[in-house]
Amino acid sequence: MEYILVVAYLIASVTFMLGLKMLSKPDTARKGNLIAAGGMTLAIFATIFLYRGENGQNLGNLLWIFLALAFGTVIGYIMAKRVQMTSMPQMVSFFNGMGGACAALISVIEYQHLLHMTEGSSIVGGLDSGLVGKMFIIFAGLIIGSVSFSGSIIAFGKLEGKINDLNLPGQMFINMGLLLGTLVLAGMFLGGVLSGPTWFYLTLALSLVYGILFVMPIGGADMPVVISLLNSFTGVAAACGGFLYDNYVMLIGGILVGSAGTILTVAMCNAMNRSLLNVLVGNFGGGSGSSDSNKTGGGSYKEISNSDAAILMKYAQKVVIVPGYGLAVAQAQHICHELESILEDGGVTVKYAIHPVAGRMPGHMNVLLAESNVNYDKLVEMEDINPEFNTTDVVLVVGANDVVNPAAKTDPSSPIYGMPILEVENAKNVIVMKRSMKAGYAGIDNDLFYQPKTYMLFGDAKDTLTKLVNEVKSL
Amino acid sequence: MQILEFISQHIDIIYLVILMIFVGIELISHVPSVLHTPLMSGANAIHGVVIIGAIIVMGQAEGTLSLVLGFIAVVLGTLNVVGGFVVTDRMLEMFKKKK
Repeated sequence: MEYILVVAYLIASVTFMLGLKMLSKPDTARKGNLIAAGGMTLAIFATIFLYRGENGQNLGNLLWIFLALAFGTVIGYIMAKRVQMTSMPQMVSFFNGMGGACAALISVIEYQHLLHMTEGSSIVGGLDSGLVGKMFIIFAGLIIGSVSFSGSIIAFGKLEGKINDLNLPGQMFINMGLLLGTLVLAGMFLGGVLSGPTWFYLTLALSLVYGILFVMPIGGADMPVVISLLNSFTGVAAACGGFLYDNYVMLIGGILVGSAGTILTVAMCNAMNRSLLNVLVGNFGGGSGSSDSNKTGGGSYKEISNSDAAILMKYAQKVVIVPGYGLAVAQAQHICHELESILEDGGVTVKYAIHPVAGRMPGHMNVLLAESNVNYDKLVEMEDINPEFNTTDVVLVVGANDVVNPAAKTDPSSPIYGMPILEVENAKNVIVMKRSMKAGYAGIDNDLFYQPKTYMLFGDAKDTLTKLVNEVKSL
Repeated sequence: MQILEFISQHIDIIYLVILMIFVGIELISHVPSVLHTPLMSGANAIHGVVIIGAIIVMGQAEGTLSLVLGFIAVVLGTLNVVGGFVVTDRMLEMFKKKK
């Protein structure tokens, strides 16, 4: 019977690799996800029915296991089905946190178990090296899992708008100190200097606090990077479980996500032309950014009325829409699609320019616009759309800011210098739809707004787009 | 010496880990940025495999405390797996090619 379990794990491991591979191509992505889900289901049920403990015993508490599975499935399914498309990133962060908490709990239970087995005698100290290895894994799972848990929950709260950025003075040193303290504590425990549950739970508490303080100062724009990083953390924590139980499917699944997640994190940083360290230390988008975010900078800007904007677009040959975070917040994707359809019906070519980091996550804009039935072919990536701006009559920037800031190309002193941008200033006219003149996440002023060909259209993206649609209709 | 001993005792697993790191890098290194979010979400669901550890722990649990903690662990792991795959599927549903 154990042979069947081994084969089931083998199949599941292959589906994970296959699933990830297929997820990286648009045509096969959905099938890939289902294949991985199938492998996961197989691995779960094979474990429940076929797993044998060290003495060959079956798993007990089956009723409870099924109850927990049913409970988690119902809640998870409902949450995942109900969540708005705009809130996807925080949902991913939340589920990631759950995985981290699960890994940390496994470590806690295993520690309790060890404590029970070696009752009276001090753990580690007088015991063989095999146990030190086991404790090492337990600690690794505990620390990584709980950092991932508390960090993900903070990231979730921030994206939900429930938690604000917090930058304590000398935060970097506090964080470094906490991390170092946690590691030293764990090291002393493993070395046999410290022992007993008090120190174990202190390590847990410190890790949780570190996770919170780690994410706290990082600005909203950098959240995708953080979530991706925490995602790979949880992968590593899951792999620790694999070590603990000599379980290859956990090991493979965990390490795969750990390495793939790291690469994804680096790819996201690259898209913003920043290093991971720079994101984590968070010198923009965090406190420094918000402190001067009300600064309106120099120069004067022109406003445009809805009707003038409508006329400008209606009689254009080619309009390019640049969607940004503001579109996602205002949930304006449907009305944006409506504007596009009306303009197209009137003979205007309309395209969307998608910056790699527009919105809250790479690909976020694509998901949102696809949800409102925007044709896949209309979504053009940055490298492909940039040469087209020369021939574009009107660029409509909807709630985007930093990704169209020319300072990234021209001003070496700018914090976003070097970040690839959408070169909208090459178009004949630019209409910028914004709530106010406030700076974007990077907390810096945008020269584009003061250029002679730029017109500002203030207001909530959804309201303004609705008015624009009506104006275009009435023309 | 202890470290060398440890390495040679677990050489299979160490090989596996190193290979998997490369596989993970290789698998997603050519992903278009359009798919970054769904891919992250899919990977998120896959690390829900940690639930297997929770099930094993729960199946061997004795005493109320480990039973309760194990129960919570299985629920959280299930949330990660089910929620992760369903959210990913919902995102990818949007990418259907329209005619």
